[in-house]
Amino acid sequence: MSLNYTKKTVEHFLHPKNIGEMKNPDATADVGSMVCGDQLSFSLKVKDGKVKDIKFLSFGCASNIATASIMTERVKGMTLEEAKNFKWQEIVDELGGLPKQKIHCSILASEGLKKVIDAYEEKQSEK
Amino acid sequence: MKIYLDNAATTRLDPRVLADMKPYLTSEYGNASSIHYMGQKNNLVLEAAREKVSKILGAPARNFIFTSGASEANNLIIKGVMLANTDKGKHLIVSAIEHPCVLQSARQLIKLGFELDIAPVNSDGLIDLIALEKMIRPDTVLVSVMLVNNEIGTIQDIKSIAKLVHDKGAYFHSDIVQAIPYLNINIEDLGLDFASLSAHKFHGPKGVGLAYLNYKIKVEPLIIGGEQENGFRAGTYNIAGIVGLASALELAYQERDKSVNQVRELRDYFWSRIKTEIPEVHLNGSLEYRTPNNLNILFSRIEGEAILMDLSMKGICVSTGSACSAHNLKTSYVLQAVGLTLDNLNSNIRFTLGKFNEKRELDYTVEALKKTIRRLRKFTPIKK
Repeated sequence: MSLNYTKKTVEHFLHPKNIGEMKNPDATADVGSMVCGDQLSFSLKVKDGKVKDIKFLSFGCASNIATASIMTERVKGMTLEEAKNFKWQEIVDELGGLPKQKIHCSILASEGLKKVIDAYEEKQSEK
Repeated sequence: MKIYLDNAATTRLDPRVLADMKPYLTSEYGNASSIHYMGQKNNLVLEAAREKVSKILGAPARNFIFTSGASEANNLIIKGVMLANTDKGKHLIVSAIEHPCVLQSARQLIKLGFELDIAPVNSDGLIDLIALEKMIRPDTVLVSVMLVNNEIGTIQDIKSIAKLVHDKGAYFHSDIVQAIPYLNINIEDLGLDFASLSAHKFHGPKGVGLAYLNYKIKVEPLIIGGEQENGFRAGTYNIAGIVGLASALELAYQERDKSVNQVRELRDYFWSRIKTEIPEVHLNGSLEYRTPNNLNILFSRIEGEAILMDLSMKGICVSTGSACSAHNLKTSYVLQAVGLTLDNLNSNIRFTLGKFNEKRELDYTVEALKKTIRRLRKFTPIKK
């Protein structure tokens, strides 16, 4: 087994996109936990049914940070429907592959995305 | 800059050890079991190496057998002793903080009908003697407790443990690999029946280690099909490796005072800077009962492997808990044993120094670490 990350993964770990807090998000959601060893917290802004902005915070390893970084880049501007159908495999492809034992990071990121959209939609239906 | 602070995982081969090994990798390639002069010459070299080991570790030469490393030696001792002594019983005890090669050998035996108990440690990482005493039964064959733990560097009072185990009628094994050269070892004085180590942990080559066996106790060999090592370990003698092991062990103890003091001074300097210059840090395990090369530090609210990778990008090699944990994604059972909460198990870095480290490397590492920790804490979702 190897933990050799691709150049692109390393780049996104060292210089992650869309990382940090968001002011007045339309919805937020957490996935994972400290006990599991990786946690992501997403915040989302929606305009006209599309992802206007998405940001994340990370307690996680290099690939946890990199997968959330590349995913948030990709889904910006998508409709909520498109974003909900975003597959974790696309993250892996986009990064040029992930070590086998790190695939779960991309799954966690895509779960987090669905969760924050669900949280948004739930809020809307309550209105 | 290349900075190596992972000396508990492995160490750099000492160039003098390499020089001693070289003839046996090139011109002196005879099989030490062969009867011709090239073989017999190497047979003398083999026995001279065994003699050297015997003098340093304080037990008769014939009781040491060379293996491929400590993992093999531990497998041989745990399984070999249990399988050979079923007339005595089928119960064994290993401590909670043993290396996986001991723990998993012991667990493998459960499948064969043996019974295993795990001896707990207290929050300093030290064996709870009272709990251990209660665990030993009339049918307990073997107790295994490592001398120095690989993750937190804590030193066990092996002599007292050996006495307790013997008083109760069981045999005692200790994995001593992380103790060299930090502790003086005298196997007979410590009262060990079995011991194991690996050369690459003290600036020797990889792929060679040794097992100390008390021949009064029966041991079932694991690797059979040759008369080498009195039938306890088949396989052509790895002369270059064996020479390297003996040479590295000799250097380790000849230069012990100097290298141990140097490592201790650097380690203490390093820790004093970290604890004053980086917020929210905590030292795991006892500072008093640990070897002078080891620091295991909790960096609250950020993840250990991210710290490791960030430092790695800056040229610095460290580890998260034990070196294997990066691959199996399991959190450290050692850190759990010393009382870390589940929330904090994924935020730890082990720094292990060695005789080749210099102060300027530690200064560079502190500066790098400050940047790494600051960066990762900036975007952690975990609140103070």
